[in-house]
Amino acid sequence: MTKYIIRRLLYMIPVLLGVSLIIFVLFNVVSGDPTAVLLGKNATARQMADLREQLGLNKSLFSQYLDIVKSAFTFDFGYSWATKQEISQMIWQGAYPSLCLSIPAFVISTVVSLLISVFVAYYRGKGIDLFVRVCCIAGMSISALAYILFFQWFFAYKLGWFEISGFEEGFPNFISYIALPAIIWIVLSIGPDVRFFRTVILDEIYQDYVRTARSKGLSEITILLHHVLRNAMIPIITYVVIQIPSLILGALLLENFFSIPGLGGMTLNALNSSDFPVMKAMAIISSVGYIIFGLISDILYTVADPRIKFK
Amino acid sequence: MTTPLLSVRDLVVEFQTGDGIVRAVNNVSFDIPLGKTIGIVGESGSGKSVTSLAVMGLLQKPAAVVPQGQILFNGLDLLTCNESKMRELRGNQISMIFQEPMTSLNPVFKVGEQIAEALRIHKKLSQKEAWEKAVHLMNQVGIPNPALSAHKFPHEMSGGQKQRVMIAMAISCEPKLLIADEPTTALDVTIQKQVLELLHKLQQEYRMSMMFITHDLGVIGDIADDVVVMYRSNVVEQNNAQKIFESATHPYTKGLLACRPKLGANPRRLLTVSDFMTEEGKEKVIPVDRVQVFDKESVADKTDHVLLEVKNLVTQFPIKGGLFGGTVDHFKAVNDVSFKIKKGKTLGLVGESGCGKTTLGRSILRLVEPASGNIIYDGKDITHVKHEELRQLRKKMQIIFQDPYSSLNPRMTIADILVEPLIIHNEGGTKAQRFEMARALIEKVGLKSNQMNRYPHEFSGGQRQRICIARALMLRPEFVICDESVSALDVSIQAQVLNLLLDLQEEFGLTYVFISHDLSVVNFIADEVGVMYAGKIIEMDKASNIYKGAKEEYTRTLLSAIPRGETKQSLASLV
Repeated sequence: MTKYIIRRLLYMIPVLLGVSLIIFVLFNVVSGDPTAVLLGKNATARQMADLREQLGLNKSLFSQYLDIVKSAFTFDFGYSWATKQEISQMIWQGAYPSLCLSIPAFVISTVVSLLISVFVAYYRGKGIDLFVRVCCIAGMSISALAYILFFQWFFAYKLGWFEISGFEEGFPNFISYIALPAIIWIVLSIGPDVRFFRTVILDEIYQDYVRTARSKGLSEITILLHHVLRNAMIPIITYVVIQIPSLILGALLLENFFSIPGLGGMTLNALNSSDFPVMKAMAIISSVGYIIFGLISDILYTVADPRIKFK
Repeated sequence: MTTPLLSVRDLVVEFQTGDGIVRAVNNVSFDIPLGKTIGIVGESGSGKSVTSLAVMGLLQKPAAVVPQGQILFNGLDLLTCNESKMRELRGNQISMIFQEPMTSLNPVFKVGEQIAEALRIHKKLSQKEAWEKAVHLMNQVGIPNPALSAHKFPHEMSGGQKQRVMIAMAISCEPKLLIADEPTTALDVTIQKQVLELLHKLQQEYRMSMMFITHDLGVIGDIADDVVVMYRSNVVEQNNAQKIFESATHPYTKGLLACRPKLGANPRRLLTVSDFMTEEGKEKVIPVDRVQVFDKESVADKTDHVLLEVKNLVTQFPIKGGLFGGTVDHFKAVNDVSFKIKKGKTLGLVGESGCGKTTLGRSILRLVEPASGNIIYDGKDITHVKHEELRQLRKKMQIIFQDPYSSLNPRMTIADILVEPLIIHNEGGTKAQRFEMARALIEKVGLKSNQMNRYPHEFSGGQRQRICIARALMLRPEFVICDESVSALDVSIQAQVLNLLLDLQEEFGLTYVFISHDLSVVNFIADEVGVMYAGKIIEMDKASNIYKGAKEEYTRTLLSAIPRGETKQSLASLV
């Protein structure tokens, strides 16, 4: 097992080299000269040359590639072109509000979805099961924008329960800011989550070992919670864990609409202002996130499923 | 006479399906006296498993309905019990062993824990006591090193061991009634014999009553006191086991008794149920020549032409290890095997699961690459042929797999499945001509040509295996490997498929390699038999010599494992 983890961590090296190469090709080779965009229409050739020198774009392509590789391994991404701030600093600052929103929203939506799925699996084929399924489809069919507008208008503006937008650091102050986007997040994820979890659980319910459990005289609820759920956890773990890196990236839409100064907003700003170093940093961080959480979900497999052994 | 432990009275079970109501069990009545074993025999779909599930109260509701009947257990009508009362009985007073040991255990829990579970809920034992009892039970069912094995997960055990765990689980609360639903069907004959002996021993020790369900009358010859024969949802015959074997009266029972290949003398084609009765269930008169014993060796070889020769073949699989998962060693699945087959003959390969017989078959077809040795087909060394040459070769060499359920693409019609090999090899002319070939062949294997637009799931197991056979024959091959091709089938269907294979061999001059774990089947179909053990052929001889005087101890073990429950009637007396 240790050997397996070491091997997987070593595999990160070629993957990161590849990711760096793709980022390098996209930003430094095919995207052309960014100085024209940064300086606007009226820039002189002199100004552009100075800026190129300043941004290190005069270096050889190979050393530019090496810079990206270096940043992928050291997490030192240099300075933003737009805000002149140190990027690692910006990421730290943005991560806090993003995680304040995404972690509670993600945990609650996953737990609630799992509970609902177990409940409807118990009443499979009955009216309540059908009702929940219809609700899931209906919930998924409505656009996220509709929820945002309606919830902001009704709960924040009409009822005044929450802040309409903005963010304040520190517990419990941030709660009134993140509550509404978090609820929208939960409403948006419950539909697909319940549908997936329910299918996985029902796949297991018709397996032979469940019949064996019934023949032992176990109650239906013990069978569901003990025997079935344990087996259903195997696909559920992958589904859940692989979503985690996207939490770090923040929720682009929600952060934007609720003016939360998180990573999602930061990425959007970087896109708008052609802030290449920030975009590169986010691209690298998300690929590292996917590699690490991919590994974590593989390791969790061996915990959930004794049939899987890594050597 | 004392009251029976279980008494099933006029039981009717119906299923609501898309096509209306289907009656799966029709007016079935039988008794199981205390401490006795009764065998319920019938083919797939005859209603025997549904009957057992009704006793357990495990019918899938609301699809299944019981409009009529009683199931009296110790005088208590189980059909009137509510769910919580049934839970009290299940696993405690009545318990059940299922057919598929591979899937009937929960893959994520230790086997000890799974045995202990029933003890905790029914006998209110503590975690520790239940575990100790589980280990004790595992010892009793003959699992080696029970204290350690209790910590194993199901996938770490063999099929036979898993079935022993199932048995330990079923007897854990000392039930009064044990229902065994095809407990040995998925197992090799050698393991089957051990499991049967174990069940019989435990039944005596615990003074249990047992309801033993099987499609193979031969299996219960040694252990059942009474036999109930079910056919198409009805009980057609019910009697003392001895009497059933000596003087069966219903033509279906006679058919079941006759269709299992005997180790010694067999007729030219096996008798099947349809020889004994018509579609409508009327008794038929069997023509005398159908039961005449046929001596394969009396027929002179038509040719001395050797179609296939295998020389010192080795096929190995890498064992991975080390930090980067490199190959550290090799496992030799086929280890130095040599043999020859003459054109038009059948070589039987027999051995237990894991002996390398399937790998050998696949190596010959080059579906797995042999490591060394030579495969000479029709005078040409094909061990290393590639690309177009290999493709041409595949036309002549075909394979029929074990599981007719999973080896047909569920989303293709039968016509498409049959025509596909022709398309791949660009044979058979126009679309209409190809379809005509498929139609002719589907009739040859005993199906109707108007069924060709149906999908595989609309056919029974035996019919599907016929489709697999037809598919293998579409390219007019010379050489066919049958890899456990009848093992998944009921004995009555098995006989039909074996007969079909022989008919086709005669008509098309086919050469077969017939792989099976059942020596009686191989003995019937093959001219020569090779016994495989741990990757090697340890004994090879004419089929009749093998069963008359096997030289190897291992071969004798295989022979003794074949169920003895044969009819005492001679073939001639069946007429």
